[in-house]
Formats: sequence, C-alpha cells, structure tokens
Amino acid sequence: MAEKTYLQAISDGLREEMRRDKRVFVIGEDVGVYGGAFKVTLGFQEEFGSWRVIDAPLSETAIVGGCTGAAMMGMRPVAEMQFADFISCAWDHLVTVAAKQRWRAGTPVPITVRLPSGGGFSGGPFHSQNPESSFAHIPGLKVICPATPEDAKGLLATAIQDPNPCLYFEHKHLYRRIKAEVPDERYETPFGKARVQREGDDLTVITWGAMVYTADEAAQQLDADGVSVEILDLRTLQPWDKQAVLASARKTSKVLVLHEDTHTGGFGGEIAATISEEAFEDLDAPVKRITAPDTPVPFSPPLEKAFIPQVDDVVAGLRELAEY
Amino acid sequence: MATETAVDVVMPQMGVSVSEGTITKWLKQEGETVEADESLLEISTDKVDTEVPSPGSGIVQQILVQEGETVEVGTKLAVIAPEGAEAPAAAEETPPEPATQQAAAEAEAPSSSEGETPTPEAAPPEPTPAPAPAPVAAEGNGGGEKTFVSPVVARIASEHGVDVGQVSGTGRGGRVTKKDILAFVESGGAQQQEQPQEAAPAAPAEPQAPPEPAQAPPKPAPAAAPAAPQPVAQAQQIEPEAGESVEPMSAMRRGIAEHMRRSLDTSAHVTSAIEVDMSRVVAIRKKLKSEYQKSYGVNPTYLAFVARATVETLRDYPWINGELRGDRIVTRNYVHLGFAVELADGKGLIVPVVRHTEGLNLLGMARAISDIAQRARDKKLLPDDVQGGTFTITNPGGYGTFHGTPVISQPQAAILGTYAVVKRPWVIQDDRGEDVIAIRPIMNLTLTYDHRLVDGALAGRFLRDLREKLESWEESNY
Repeated sequence: MAEKTYLQAISDGLREEMRRDKRVFVIGEDVGVYGGAFKVTLGFQEEFGSWRVIDAPLSETAIVGGCTGAAMMGMRPVAEMQFADFISCAWDHLVTVAAKQRWRAGTPVPITVRLPSGGGFSGGPFHSQNPESSFAHIPGLKVICPATPEDAKGLLATAIQDPNPCLYFEHKHLYRRIKAEVPDERYETPFGKARVQREGDDLTVITWGAMVYTADEAAQQLDADGVSVEILDLRTLQPWDKQAVLASARKTSKVLVLHEDTHTGGFGGEIAATISEEAFEDLDAPVKRITAPDTPVPFSPPLEKAFIPQVDDVVAGLRELAEY
Repeated sequence: MATETAVDVVMPQMGVSVSEGTITKWLKQEGETVEADESLLEISTDKVDTEVPSPGSGIVQQILVQEGETVEVGTKLAVIAPEGAEAPAAAEETPPEPATQQAAAEAEAPSSSEGETPTPEAAPPEPTPAPAPAPVAAEGNGGGEKTFVSPVVARIASEHGVDVGQVSGTGRGGRVTKKDILAFVESGGAQQQEQPQEAAPAAPAEPQAPPEPAQAPPKPAPAAAPAAPQPVAQAQQIEPEAGESVEPMSAMRRGIAEHMRRSLDTSAHVTSAIEVDMSRVVAIRKKLKSEYQKSYGVNPTYLAFVARATVETLRDYPWINGELRGDRIVTRNYVHLGFAVELADGKGLIVPVVRHTEGLNLLGMARAISDIAQRARDKKLLPDDVQGGTFTITNPGGYGTFHGTPVISQPQAAILGTYAVVKRPWVIQDDRGEDVIAIRPIMNLTLTYDHRLVDGALAGRFLRDLREKLESWEESNY
C-alpha cells in the first residue's frame, strides 16, 4: 500500500494494464510526447514506444472510430479525450457503432474512453461538464465514475478487461486534491457494486464522483446535530447498484440524490424513479434531488460556485429532509 | 382426536403459485360437530377445486369467511372449538363478538405485511363504526387535524394496527414520521388501542377521521354477515335483459377461459388427423379385459392403449414432447402425460398429469388413468397432480365425435385427440393380394400442434408411427 493521488492511481493502473496485456494501447491528443494534458500518460511513450502510445490528430471522431476498429480486430484500446466535453464529436462512432456492434453482429468492442470531467476551476462551458447521464441512457455502453484513488485504479482495470465500450469519467477536481492508500498489487473493482462511504440511519445520500466528498462534508455537519447520514458512492452508473440503493432507502426512508450533472434528465431522476417504484411503501419523505441547474457551466467563479452543488446546499437539503 | 383448545381453520396453500382461494361451500355450519379430517368446506383456486379437511374434532364455533368470498392463503376461515366447550367456555377466555372481529383483522395482517393489499372481500362488510377512543388519544395532536401520512408510516400503521391519529408527530406541521410511529409501537402503544385496528387495513393511506364517541358496539359479525359479494367485477355493470339470466363464473371457468385464450394467442395451432384400424387392439383388449378386471380391478380402456403407444412414439419425437421456452427449445427424457377430464357436473374440465409415464406398462397406464380420473371427479386432486405435463391427450370420442381441434395446454407443444371407435367398411388386401372390403373398427386420431415448433411433416410422421404401433400391437411388447 502506498498513498497516491487520484491521478497517480489512474496513471499507475493504466501502466500496469499495458505491461501485462500487449493488446492494450493508448491513443489521444498529446498523450505521447507531452504525456497528456493532465500528465496521466507521462513517461508512457518512453516505456511502451510510439506504436502503443499514439498521438492522434485533433479529431475525437478519428480517435474513437479508430479504437472501435482496433477493438473489433482484437485490441484493447484506451482512448483519452482531453476533456470529457469533447466526446460529443465522437458521439456517432460511440453510440451508433461501438455501443450497438455487440448486439447487432455479436462482435465485442472492448474500448475504454477516459474522460476527464467535472468543474470547479473556472473552466467554463466546454471544459467542465459531467455528461455521464447522456451515455448512461445508451444501451450497450458502460459508465464508470470513480471517486477514490483505490477505485480509480481498480475500475480502470475492470473497464479495460470488459468486452463492452466503457466510458471512464475521471473527475479533474479530484486529480491532485484527493490522496489515499492504493493497493500495490493488481485488482479489479467490480461494476455495479456501490461503496458505502459512510454508514448512517436517518438519511441516505446517493451520489458518485466528486460529490461524494461534498456529501461527506455535509454529513459531518449533520452528525454534529445528531442526524446520521448514510452515503452511497455508486461507483458505476451503468450498471448501477439498485439493490444497495433500495436497501438503504428502506433503512432510512429518506433519500437525497446528489449529482454535479445538470438537473433535467440527469441520472438522479432514474434513481428517484426506481426508489418510488420499488420502495414506495418504505418512504417517509419525497426523494429529493440536488443537482446543477439546467444551464451551461459558467466561467465566472462566483457563478460556477452557484452552479455546482456546494457543501452548504447539501447541508440545507439534508436538514430539510430530516425535518420533514 | 378431540381438540383441547380452539383450532383455527385457514385457507390452505394449494401449490406454489396459488395465492388465494374462493370458498365455494361450507359443508358444516356453525354449531355442527366435525371430526378431524372430515371434509369441512370446499374451496376453489386457479388450479384445483378441492375439499378442506377439518384440522381437529369439535364444534364449528365460528365461520369467518362466507361462501363466495375470495381470500388470501393463510386467512383464518373458521374456528373449531373443543366439544362441550361451546359458547360459555369461550366467553370466559375471550369475549366472543368483538374478539372475533379483531381476530379476523389479525388474520389479514400477515398478508398485508407481505406487500399485498388486503383483499376488499375480506374487509368487514360494512364500515364498522370505530369504538370509543382509547385514553391515549387525549394527548398528541390526533384530535382531528389532517396531516399527510407517508407511505412508510401507513404501512407500519397497518402492520401494527395503529391509528396514526393517535400518534403524536414531530415532523413538519406535526406530521407523524417513521421514527414517531416506530417509537409509538415500541412503547406498546399499539396494544392499548387494539380496537381501532380493524379499520386501519381498510384505508391505510387515509387520515383517520376523529373517532366518534359512544357509538353502538359493532354488530355480531358471523350471524348477521350479509351474503358475500360475488367476484364478478366489470360485467355486473350491464343489467341483464329480459329472458337473460346471469350466474357468476367459477374460479375454474375463469381459469379455463384465461388459459384457452392465452394458448390460442401463444401457439400457432394446426391439426392433422389419421385413421387407425384398431382390430388388433380390440382383440387384445377383449382378451385382457376380464383378466385385468378380475385380477386388478382395472379396465384396459382404448385410451390406455393409445396413451401407451403415444408414450412409446414420443420417444422418437422429442420436440412434440417439448416446449418453446423463450427462444430456446426444451426437450425431455420423460413424458408427464396430461389427460383432459370432464367433471361430473359438466361445468368444467381439468387436466391431471400422470408423471413419468415412460415407466408404465399397459396395466400401469390403465391404473394411473383410472386413478386420476376418479380423483378429478371426486375433487381429490393435489396441486402437483395438475402441473408439469409435457404432452396431453384429450378424449372427446365418448360421445361419438370423430374429429376435433383441441387447444394446446400451455406451454406444451401438442395435444392428441382420440375419437370414437366406429365400425366402417375398409379396403384391405386378402391372402391373394387382392383388394376386398372388410368391416374394421376405425378410430380417428388428431394431433394439434404448435407450428412454431412442430412442422406438418414431423406431425405426419408422428401420427404414422403411432398408427403403426396401434395396428401392429404386440401384447408382449407392452
């Protein structure tokens, strides 16, 4: 075990997969000579050569299209989008081809797309989004949103080995802020298994990604008031751990769904609907959502702060639920 | 053995998938004596009609569910009291009338805890006025203020028979929260207000009206209970015209209606027919009949011969003994053979199943058919007797019909119809190879099959082989 940043855990995990499996290669903008916009692949080209760490032209379409073809031919490509926002250029390849190939023709498409996502550093509308819900809606894609360094490494290994196209959303705000113990050996963290960030009896927060930490800080404040909050970190949205969510909803009867993505059509709606369908008779309050509003992410720091759910927002929401 | 204490009669579990049953007839009335295992009532479920034996000897002290009512499995139907310990003894222990109402409500509680809504039929026939409020009601804010009752609070209230209006709330606007009601239940509040619980399951989500003080006590339920509402539902709305008369559908008739419609909607029904010269079977049957009846008390019917030959033939046609399960084809190394049996009153049909007929010889087959047919008519079939068939034979030939197109019993792939054995002029070849007309006993057989799985040629070959087996029947082979 060693203490590592979230970013280092991703980098180490990826390097380990490339060392053990020759089918794994990396492709993206500036991932080679420059070592990636966030330095996840720093030193990779020296170790693995320019044929396994490929600098691609500025075309997400070409990157994902090339990965899809390579995957069909038996490779296990790992694409990096410089920012998750740019994946919209590759929507057609990803959604029309990669996601459907397995169902249409039986061919597995084992690609992993790394998506640096999330805001909190005034990156504005094109460099701050969390587009996970859009892809969770597409059958055939898997959606992964690690929150801890340990999960970042384990879920990346699982994604690379998975026979389906996997979208791996790595939260930029966590890259160097979050440090924790990461096992040295190789391991795979299973998809569809939520992690209990914090146990509690009175309220449940369902969340993922960077919001896990926002929720945790809020829960600490409520703890001081004598209200105990349970926090579930979903870890993956597709598949998502319905059983763990329902079990916690049944236990506390009051649920808050929290995400950094915008409100309408966000994945929180799916979770809230499932709870009301399957645990209606266990609810003691309406399922509450705290999300970003339905606008693009603003540049202005005060506006961005108003946009991304903050600890105070979550505290207020939890108090409201507790008092209901 | 006479019961020493009162014994409850409950709606039995008649098979894994059966969740409710309808009381069709009480064979004993209140006050009558009943022996242990003596038939006490008749019930009708989706699968079978059967009699329920008494769980003990004694007096039928009370009948809680009336004829025509449908209740969930486990619901208390009646109480058998020890003999000689009728009303007076019972009165000492529990005051009979209110206590039984309460008992009926308690009997409902387990079913609602399984997430089922209490069946409306089982609810008290008339809204029972709530008795005087328990002393607890004085405190708290239950004094008629309407507050929202959340789903979980409603459920807990119904499970524990708590009137939510009696619980003081700490939620917003005095709402009773889950914590409030759990604390109330834990503190024993539920026992103190047992009386109102009968109203709770009926309307769990409604805020309770303030209890009206000093109402007349609930009327004695059993004797005064009006005739049970019949489960007819929608059709009741249209009034019968002059000359029409209306009767409710039995559970069995509803089951048959649903199954027949579903089968036609599921399988692609096609029928092929073949004529079989039964001369050899007739001759062998004549020979065996007296021996079988004398030695075993069994009649070797034509049906037994056909069934026996069918099982042999099915061995070569696994798909006809198979099933389409999703997009896969299931075949078996056994034949569980169903026989369509008409019930004596002409008002229903049941298909009991003889399991593992591949292990039965002619005598075994004849015996098994006679056994299930008898038990079907006596309503003595067990749930397992009507499940798991892999192929079915129906025999409408008893009335002289010579052809039919039966409906497949789902999820099977085919059904064989057997028809009357009729003497007919038949062209055969004599010793010199010339065509002559002979009088032969001819039986028509039809195979109605699901064309999704079984093609016409396969069905044709099956019928040909079946005919071959019957026409060349060797006694020693079977």
